[in-house]
Amino acid sequence: MADSDIKAMTAQIPAAEFDETSFTTPVPLNEATVAIVTSAALHHPGDEEFTMLDIGYRVLESSNHDYLLRHWSPNFDATGFALDINTVFPIDRLQELVDQKIIRKVSDQHLSYAGNQFDLSSIRLDSGPAGAQFLKEQGVDVVLLTPV
Amino acid sequence: MSTLAHIFEAAGMATIVLGSIKEQVEATAPPRALYCDFPLGRPLGEPLDPEFQHRVLESAFRLLEAKEPIIEEYDMSIPDNGDEILACPLPPRHDPDLHPALDEVRGLRPAYERAVEKYGNRIGMGRIVQLEDLEEAIMALIRVTEGVPWKEAGIPGVPSRVSQDIRGYYETASLELSENAPRAWTGTRWFLKNTEAGKVLMAARQAMADSGANQPIWFYMTPGDD
Repeated sequence: MADSDIKAMTAQIPAAEFDETSFTTPVPLNEATVAIVTSAALHHPGDEEFTMLDIGYRVLESSNHDYLLRHWSPNFDATGFALDINTVFPIDRLQELVDQKIIRKVSDQHLSYAGNQFDLSSIRLDSGPAGAQFLKEQGVDVVLLTPV
Repeated sequence: MSTLAHIFEAAGMATIVLGSIKEQVEATAPPRALYCDFPLGRPLGEPLDPEFQHRVLESAFRLLEAKEPIIEEYDMSIPDNGDEILACPLPPRHDPDLHPALDEVRGLRPAYERAVEKYGNRIGMGRIVQLEDLEEAIMALIRVTEGVPWKEAGIPGVPSRVSQDIRGYYETASLELSENAPRAWTGTRWFLKNTEAGKVLMAARQAMADSGANQPIWFYMTPGDD
């Protein structure tokens, strides 16, 4: 079992295709509020657990780093996150970029989805736009998306 | 990930995807993506290496300068040869009357608890199996290996989820037992190939497959198709 074998297996999963690619001209990074959106099925203790076919999202607080990785897929290495949350969710790195005045602000809240979903149409029509609206209301300008 | 990028971009936010599977990134074609040939589960590359992670982020944020959609490949990869196994000691046999897997689980418990104290329960127990119920969960898998039909063996929940709890226990304990931070997948291979509980899990999975259980029930108990 090599990483390349699992990637080859996963690469066969049909991907969503978009007729057009939206493109937003970003504000300068040093004026931007940045959020992370991960598909790692992270959540805080006490949050609702992700179910197997859960297309929803959980809100991750910048101020509390007690994130649990509760993805349903076994097909990734989890020890990197166990050692260092920034391997998946680079919250400390972003804060360091704020300290260096490279980015203006790290969003107070971020989003986590469960990436093991096949019902992409529901995500496109429902939980995706809802998550986007949530981040817009936080004043987010730039979104960094991280998988596992 | 890339699907969400399209949606968030359409809502007026600039997005950058860190992608680990080239074919998926290219097929979905998000507005901006940095494909990094890093092991699955490590999109920033190396744990406990802020400089490495910052270099990845610097390359990712540089994509914001592009005037049109762009997919770029990061200039270094982190290979996994598929063979390396974490060098991690296992407890010696303590109670010869116990099944070796149960004896092993008990011997690893101090290391597990130290690791949770140090890092938190980030990947460990609690999806279905709580720490105090771990031995019973493994006993259920042992019964499957002995020929008990899986639905009658007492597996306390969805088999793949129970397996994740057991794997999480071992991989968490390994953080306190190995001298070096595990390279990607080496802790998983140590669990599946070297430990008694890992061997039980693999044997139970095979027994379920041989018994004609639906493929999704047993397939996702371990990574890949081993």
